[in-house]
Amino acid sequence: MLSIKNLHAEVQGRAILKGINLEIGSGEIHAVMGPNGSGKSTLSYVLSGRDGYRVTQGEILYKGKNLLDLSVEERAGEGVFLAFQYPVEVPGVSNMSFLRTALNSVRRYRGDDIISAAEFLKLARDRASQLGMDQAMLNRPVNVGFSGGEKKRNEILQMALLEPSLALLDETDSGLDIDALKIVSEGVNALRSPQRSALVITHYQRLLNYIVPDKVHVLARGRIVETGGKELALELEQKGYGMLGLDNDTTEAA
Amino acid sequence: MAEVALTDEALREATEKEYQYGFVTDIDSEFAPPGLNEDIIRFISSKKSEPDWMLDWRLDCYQQWRGMEEPDWAFLKYPPIDYQDAYYYAAPKRAEDAPKSLDEVDPKLLETYEKLGIPLHERAALAGVAVDAVFDSVSVATTFREKLQEVGVIFCPISEAIQQYPDLVRKYLGSVVPKADNFFATLNSAVFSDGTFVYVPRGVRCPMELSTYFRINAAKTGQFERTLIIADAGSYVSYLEGCTAPMRDENQLHAAVVELVAHDDAEIKYSTVQNWYPGDENGKGGIYNFVTKRGACRGRNSKISWTQVETGSAITWKYPSCILEGDHSVGEFYSVALTNNYQQADTGTKMIHVGRDTSSTIISKGISAGHAQNTYRGLVKVLGSAERARNYTQCDSLLIGDKCGAHTVPYIETGHPSARVEHEATTSKISEDQLFYVMQRGLSAEDAVGLIVNGYCKEVLKELPMEFAVEAQKLLAVSLEGSVG
Repeated sequence: MLSIKNLHAEVQGRAILKGINLEIGSGEIHAVMGPNGSGKSTLSYVLSGRDGYRVTQGEILYKGKNLLDLSVEERAGEGVFLAFQYPVEVPGVSNMSFLRTALNSVRRYRGDDIISAAEFLKLARDRASQLGMDQAMLNRPVNVGFSGGEKKRNEILQMALLEPSLALLDETDSGLDIDALKIVSEGVNALRSPQRSALVITHYQRLLNYIVPDKVHVLARGRIVETGGKELALELEQKGYGMLGLDNDTTEAA
Repeated sequence: MAEVALTDEALREATEKEYQYGFVTDIDSEFAPPGLNEDIIRFISSKKSEPDWMLDWRLDCYQQWRGMEEPDWAFLKYPPIDYQDAYYYAAPKRAEDAPKSLDEVDPKLLETYEKLGIPLHERAALAGVAVDAVFDSVSVATTFREKLQEVGVIFCPISEAIQQYPDLVRKYLGSVVPKADNFFATLNSAVFSDGTFVYVPRGVRCPMELSTYFRINAAKTGQFERTLIIADAGSYVSYLEGCTAPMRDENQLHAAVVELVAHDDAEIKYSTVQNWYPGDENGKGGIYNFVTKRGACRGRNSKISWTQVETGSAITWKYPSCILEGDHSVGEFYSVALTNNYQQADTGTKMIHVGRDTSSTIISKGISAGHAQNTYRGLVKVLGSAERARNYTQCDSLLIGDKCGAHTVPYIETGHPSARVEHEATTSKISEDQLFYVMQRGLSAEDAVGLIVNGYCKEVLKELPMEFAVEAQKLLAVSLEGSVG
């Protein structure tokens, strides 16, 4: 699904990623943990193609294609989805019309038929209720006045509608209480299939009790310094990054 | 690496799209000789077979205009306009006088309006919308007149109203915008050639949307239309105007006057979607749009609401205003003004509170991209008689790119201690965050900008009649193409 080789990237002339190697197979879920500023969010932005995140070396193959040749929206069309750490407000645009425009843009890219307003309404309501979301949220402007938890759920709702093949979840668990965490995790798990993969960025082992990863990686100072199974997360939780010779917050801010 | 600049590039590529109403209709036209003098005014008046009182009115305005100076207080830069180097009258030639029915209208004209998305055949027309089609200096067709006549609504070219309803015209013409009001209005009063007249009788709710579609076609020709709408006691009317013009390298002048009168408990909703040719991406050509629009809320509980979506013209100078004379009368101004490339707009409103318990609302959204300059200029004036007057003003400016400008110039004068006037203003940019967020969901850069800008304008767009709101949304997206880079 995703193959990252010797990836180096910089932001505003500062090197943040310094040789990442990562292979995610179809159907796998990988977790990335690591101290603040280790480059976790940068990795998710490089994968989704954000402006200003410059790749200086290395390659990324996604479904056999050179991901770096694709624009932001082409990557979205190809099934790359980023659940934002800080979802952005879009005033005046109803969540419903945003979601439908997004879904139809992706469908058009894939050569699928446009979904009608009525069909979409039903679909969106279904997905929203599965995520325990108030239907009223569909009619409110995108993320405007949403609580932290509502914003995160809204990200998962978008993911559930767009059905990506590679989901990047950037600290989706931060700001969620335990009930919301369960619901969000169920949303992610519901999408699990042999055709879909996910990269879950988190600070806390807690999330990984609900979204059980196939592999856990520790990112520090722009490199993956440790890789293990789900038990690695548990060990880190107990011993801290010190066990790898790392302090929290010792590295450059991303 | 390539992917870094992709957002910018995608946006730049989109510049290619051209103004889509820039075609010229090849039709034989009759012109007045170029330039402006008393003979030209007599020519226009005789073309319209006007009564003497109308000619005298025009000549009086012309004399006053000669002593007036072009205003220079607006934040607009343009070379001096040579008022002698233009035609003041151009009309498609036709065999007889006015066509009796749509079947007699030149097919080329029908085709032109068809291309503009305004079918004039009643069976093909937008449901529930009556249209007066003004082509250069004349009205070429007016639809659904009989149907409106059944309920007593008069909807006709103003040239016809001058002959058929002289009492109404004489009573109201110039009663809201006086003869010597300002340079451009007075010029219009001297040379106006056509426009729309609407009278809605007492207690009638006009059963259709009324609209005028203004089209400039002939080269080197100014368009000077005059619109007069009267809503008698307890009546309601919703009116919409649209405007387009061919792409030309020269600048063309458009100086219109619109007067609205609302009596007791009457309501007029006036919407504009202005899409005159804005000039090319280097600022060459485009319409100079100098317009005076004013409504008088004469009656108690009357209401006038202006909604404008201004995306066209090289220069826009326009301040649709309300004089709130009747007690408890209400004035509203909802505006989206979008300038791209080298367009300049200086637009806003005046709310003059005269009566007691009058209230006004101003919502202005200015969007500036490219090298454009966009100014909101507004006056809220509360006279000593206007006890408990209230105003709420919200002016938002959105900048796209770093070479454009947004300016907000509010004037507030309160003459009564009980007045409550609120003013809020914001200036923002489309953030890279927003753009990335929306594009990550699969939208192209131009769709993303369109979506964000439409969201930003939502409060204004929702005031437009449904059919036109959709058009206005598309227009905003098209006008912005290639604006970020």
